[in-house]
Parts: sequence; C-alpha cells; structure tokens
Amino acid sequence: MSEKASQGISESANRRPEPRILLAHGSGGELSRELIRDVFARAFDNPLLNAMGDSAVLGELPPGRVALTTDSYVVQPLFFPGGDIGELAVCGTVNDLAVMGARPMYLTAGFILEEGLPVDDLKRIVASMATTARSAGVLIVTGDTKVVDRGAADGIFINTAGVGVIPPGIDLGPHRLQPGDAILVNGTIGDHGLAVMMQREGLTFGSALESDTAPLNGLIETLLAALPDRVHWMRDATRGGVATVLNEWVEAADVGIALTEAQIPVREEVRAACEFLGLDPLYAANEGKVIVAVEGASVEAALAVLQAHPLGRDAAAIGHVTEAHRGRVTLETPYGARRILQMLTGAQLPRIC
Amino acid sequence: MCLAIPTQVTEIDAEGLATVELGGVTRKVSLVLTPEARVGDYVLVHTGYAISLMDPEEAEASLEAFAELARIQEELEREDALRATWGSQPAS
Amino acid sequence: MKFIDEFRDPDLARRLISQIRREVAAHPTVRPVRLMEFCGGHTHAIFHYGLRQTLEGDVELRSGPGCPVCVTASRDLDTAMALSGAQPDVILATFGDMVRVPGSRGTLQELRAGGADVRIVYSPLDALALAQANPDREVIFLGVGFETTAPGVAAAVLQAEKVGTPNFSVLSLHKLTPPAMRAILDAGEVALDGIIGPGHVSAVIGSDAWSFLPADYGIPCAVAGFEPLDLLGAIAALVHAVAEGTPGVFNTYGRSVPPAGNLTAMRMLDQVFDVRAAAWRGFGEIPRSGLVLNAAYAHRDAARRFPVEATDTPEPKGCRCGEVLRGVIEPSACGLFRRVCTPRNPVGPCMVSAEGACAAFYKYGE
Repeated sequence: MSEKASQGISESANRRPEPRILLAHGSGGELSRELIRDVFARAFDNPLLNAMGDSAVLGELPPGRVALTTDSYVVQPLFFPGGDIGELAVCGTVNDLAVMGARPMYLTAGFILEEGLPVDDLKRIVASMATTARSAGVLIVTGDTKVVDRGAADGIFINTAGVGVIPPGIDLGPHRLQPGDAILVNGTIGDHGLAVMMQREGLTFGSALESDTAPLNGLIETLLAALPDRVHWMRDATRGGVATVLNEWVEAADVGIALTEAQIPVREEVRAACEFLGLDPLYAANEGKVIVAVEGASVEAALAVLQAHPLGRDAAAIGHVTEAHRGRVTLETPYGARRILQMLTGAQLPRIC
Repeated sequence: MCLAIPTQVTEIDAEGLATVELGGVTRKVSLVLTPEARVGDYVLVHTGYAISLMDPEEAEASLEAFAELARIQEELEREDALRATWGSQPAS
Repeated sequence: MKFIDEFRDPDLARRLISQIRREVAAHPTVRPVRLMEFCGGHTHAIFHYGLRQTLEGDVELRSGPGCPVCVTASRDLDTAMALSGAQPDVILATFGDMVRVPGSRGTLQELRAGGADVRIVYSPLDALALAQANPDREVIFLGVGFETTAPGVAAAVLQAEKVGTPNFSVLSLHKLTPPAMRAILDAGEVALDGIIGPGHVSAVIGSDAWSFLPADYGIPCAVAGFEPLDLLGAIAALVHAVAEGTPGVFNTYGRSVPPAGNLTAMRMLDQVFDVRAAAWRGFGEIPRSGLVLNAAYAHRDAARRFPVEATDTPEPKGCRCGEVLRGVIEPSACGLFRRVCTPRNPVGPCMVSAEGACAAFYKYGE
C-alpha cells in the first residue's frame, strides 16, 4: 500500500479513543484492582489505606468523644469555578465534623461511577480529593467502587463518611444558645450556590466568581482555642443557605434570631447573579462558610480571630439571639422594617416573574 | 411583572447577539426587540431579550427629584423639631 | 449595580416615607389611602423591603392579578400537561415558575418525575435551541406571561420560521393586562383610590396605555419600577393625587418606560398574535384579553397542531384564589391559608407562584 495510506492507518490507530470507565471496572476483577491501585491508592497513599484490608484499622483514638458523619455528593456540573465534586466531598465531611468541635481524622470514600465516565475526569476528581485531604490534615483510609450502566448515574456519585474526636471540654449545641449571643459568619454568602447556578444557566463573569469550597477545621480549631467556652454553637451553611440553618436553630433552641440585612456580607457578583436569576443569597448554598453563635461580650474578639485567618477575612457579625419572636428568624431591612425570614420550601427555582 | 434587570451592552457579535453586563456578571441576549441598542447603551433584560432601551437622563432626573424631596423633608423635620422644642404647635 | 443601588438608598427612602406620612396626616379624610399594586413582582418587592409594614395605617396595599402563573386557568394547565403526554417525542419547555402549579392531575414537576420530558428554560430562545438540537423531537414551549414576555415569544416564532425549524411550536397562554384592570374596576368589588401600574409590562405597552384609569374611572395610576425608591415614589405620587383630587397617569419609572412603549415589540406582537377572549382564573372569561397565534402561524400553534382533550375542572374546594386575584380579600381571609394551603402543599396557584399574593403573605407575613 502507498506510504500515505499506511501513515494514515497508523495515525488513526494512535488516535485512541479517550479511556473511559467500563462496567468491568466495578466487577472486582483485574480492571477493578488496576483502577484502585493506579487511581485511588496512588493519589490517597497512606499506610492505613495501603494495607488494603477489607476494613481500615484505625487503632486508638485520642481522648474525647468520637464523632461520625456521612454525606453523599451528586453535584452537577462535576467541575465548577473554584472546585469540583471531589474537593466538595472532602470539605463537606471535614466541615460536618469540625462544626461539632471535632478534630477530623479519617475519611472513607465510596464511588458510584457511570459507565463511560472519562478516566481523566476521575483522576482529576481524585487528585482534588487527595490535595484537599492533605491540606485538611485528614487521611482517606478506605473506599469502595461500583460501576453502573450508562445513564444510571450523573457521571459520578461520591459518598464519604468521616471520623473525628471532640476533645474534652468542648460543649456546643442548642442548649447553649442565649439571648444576647452574637451570630457570626466567616465571610461572603451564596458564592457556591451562585457559582454552580451560573454555570448551569449560562451566565458568565467578568471577574471570577468561585465556589467557596474549603475545609474549615483549621479556622474552627483556632477559634475554639482562642475562646474556649464562649463559642456556643456552630453549623456549616450548605444547602438551603444561612436562612435555613438559622431557622433550624430557632426551632431547636426555642429562641428568636434577629439579623440585620446591611451587615450580611455578599459579593457584588453574587448580588448581580441573584438579580439575573431571581434568587436570594440568604437561601443559596455555601461550602466554606460556618455560622457561629458566640457569647455577646466576645463578639469583637471572635471577629478578630476569624479575620486573622485566610478563610475568615470577610467575617462579620450579622445578628443576635433574642428572647423576642421565639421560633422565628427576622431580618431588619434598611427601610425601617423587620420582616420574617422563612424556612425554604422546595428548591429555589430561577424565576422569570 | 416580571423579572427584568438593567444591564449595559458591552459587545454585539456578528449575529446581533449582545453581551450585557451587570455587577460583573454577563450574559448573551437578543436585541431583536431593541435593534437600536448600541455598545455602551443600557437595556432592560427579560427572558433572554432586551425589551427596552434605558434612559440614563431620566434616571438622573428621578434621583434628583428624590434628592430634592429629601431636602424639603429634612427642612420640614427641622422645623417640627424647633417648634416642639420652643413650645408652639408643630405643623401637621 | 447601576440603576439598582441608587434606587435602594435608605436615606432617600426614609424621606419619601416621611413625605407620604406627612401628606396623609395633612388630609386625614383620605386615610388610609387604598392602592392596588397590580403586579405580582410589586407585591413581592413591597414585602421584601418591608414597605407594607412601614406604611401601615397610612397606605393600604391590595394585591392584584398581575401574576401570570396565578391567572392561568386550570383547564389551560391541564391542556399543557396533556400535550406533554400526547406523543412520546414531546419535549415540553417551560419557565420555572410553572412546574409546581397543581392542575387537576398533579404538577408538571410530578409529570417529569413520572417520565415526561419537561425542561425548564430561561428564554423561549432556549426552547428553540432545544428544537434545533433535537430534530426528531417535538418541542412545545409553554407561553405564560403578559406583555413583558409575549414579544420575546413572538420573536422566537419568527426566528423559527426564518431558520426553518419545523419542530418548534408554542402553546400561547399569554394575556393582556389593561382588560384585567378594567374587569376589576368594573366588578366594583373593591374600592380603590389608585393603581400602582406594572413597570415592565409598561416598558412594552407604554405608560400612556393606562390613561383610561383617570379618564374612565377617575383614579390615578403611577407606573412603578421595582426598587424601594421606585415604589415609594409611585406611592407618594398617588397619595398626592388622591389628597389633591387630581387623577392622572404618573410615569415614575421613566428610565425604563417610554410613554409610547416599545413599538418594535408591539409590532412583533401584531405580526404573530391575534387578540381573543381568554379564561382568567378568578375572573372567568375576559374579552380581548388573550393572545393566540394568528392564521399565518397556525402551524406553530401547539393547540391546533396537537389537539388534546381538556375538560373544565372545578376549583379546589375552599380555594379562594379568585377573590385574592380580584383584590377582594387578602390571603389571610381564606380558610385554607396557612392551615391547609402552604407552599409545601399548595391548593391553588396563588400559593405556588413566587409572585403569588398568598405565597408572598405566607413567606413574609406572620
């Protein structure tokens, strides 16, 4: 055959289709083992994981109460400005432990992969998880992989569980909320929810609006060390936003919470995106924000500690706990009126009207 | 009724689709209902279309009217306060 | 944000509130001045900024029927749902506001969970793009909205013709606002001193379109935008007109609303639609208040292209959406409000729609 033709054939042979996840990757055989070895173990690499037992043996834990949490991650799109599903998975679980006052230590990672998922995407996601776990100081020690038929999962679903230890002396919870407590948040709200929505709705940004996905355990540990006993309760404001968390608080603690709209930090791009989509930043998801209730007298000290930390630069006091309107969260508008901030019902849908 | 937002036209492409911007956020919209819009103009955007060419002078005029009104109100409030302090009936 | 932040200035707002209170106090016989904000977006904004509370006692605000989702007749929603199931290849494209409204057999959202292809779009152009990307499917766009929205739908129909996309059609449930305004006043069920006119509808039809209010009914109309200063400015103009007895049309949203409106948009409406009688929830039929695709575009009219059976469905028992929409009662007067009818379990559309009066009262009220 002519030189040109044979060159054409070898070129097309070299232009292999990009490697994708196959059903066989989940069946426990050769391909499964390769995947675990080359993708997961290589990235997460630590002695507990490398032992490859059916269970990870954690050994003795430091003194204190053991905390356990779990979450599943199904975010679409998988890659969004400022993060991806992998980073989200690690941060979400680390933060669920951290807001309980626990030091997060060990994570599990279960993957449900859709047949056809590009392996490169999986590698990117796993690399994110590894990086985030390292920066949060946690180890991913065990996991699982299943593959489902094309169409049965949105690319990838991740489940994580996390174990941490709450040191003795930490006492957080609704029973500690007192009228006069200040409500703080460590920075601007709605960044994650709007960054993801914007990607989905075809909005773009002149300046970068990124998800705020971040592990908060370092920030929280610093705050608890600086003000032991004066932090009363914490919660991370994920789905449903700040408004949802605070509504859960007033119900659990039978107090009222009064917010002042002018004090709530919101980035201009988030405000603008909310205008475009008809959304309210108070109900938008966050993945790197913690709401903290501190004793009223310590509000300045708490803000100073938060603002000195990279993840707390824009920390602000947004309201306080009150005896008035128990069971309700209110918002003071700049126009001289106080209105009720309800629990979100159903998802926030973009409005036209 | 409906959610429409004021944006500035930053670009118009070969097919007549405009890029509009508000607060750093941009989107592509159709100018078919406001064909007279040019780059730099402000348009009201609703469901993917610019539905009205905005008038910055009118906006300025409105704000000035509000500011004037505010001045008058402030005067009246000062007068009320004076009367209340020095004894005669406040204007009602 | 330009044209937004300046109109949210709290100091100027405070002064406007003072002026309104002062004017009402100087004319005690008019107190409380009863105004109707026609538009659902205005109801929502008034609550959101706490203006209702602030003006309580001096100005009473009654919500009108300006919520296109709320005034969609049950029968029409059922038609839309039937179309979705009419053929297996139908993609029903709709604005997000519509998916949770209950028809006689559930919601579009439930239909989707049951396997129907229902897609939420931000623009009719997105629906057209869906048709272009899926040439073997029939894309039906559910056209809901007033004069703000209808021109864009007309433009999408014209675009479909121009580029030759045969599989795109529209179920037009679009409605016109002045006839509904007349219907409320003609019914004489609620005494109104003035009307806050819809800002974005008026950007299309012009502030002059409301001159019939002072001319035929002797009441003032102030066309308003959606920021606090816009609303307070409009209310101040109306209070002044009521106090002085000088009805007129006041365009307080001049930056967006030309007196004559948007001629290009109105020409496009004219090109694509005919005006017919339409069924409005809460009103029954209002003559010359609905838009249907005209003969030239009959092939794009989903109702004619895919005729489906739709029966008249009775209003859910106890639902008083109709009276709320006509401004006769406030949501709290409805026996189902908050007790049975909530955003999680809505009985009528006024509770489902983000612009609905009942939803606004529930969300912001006590």
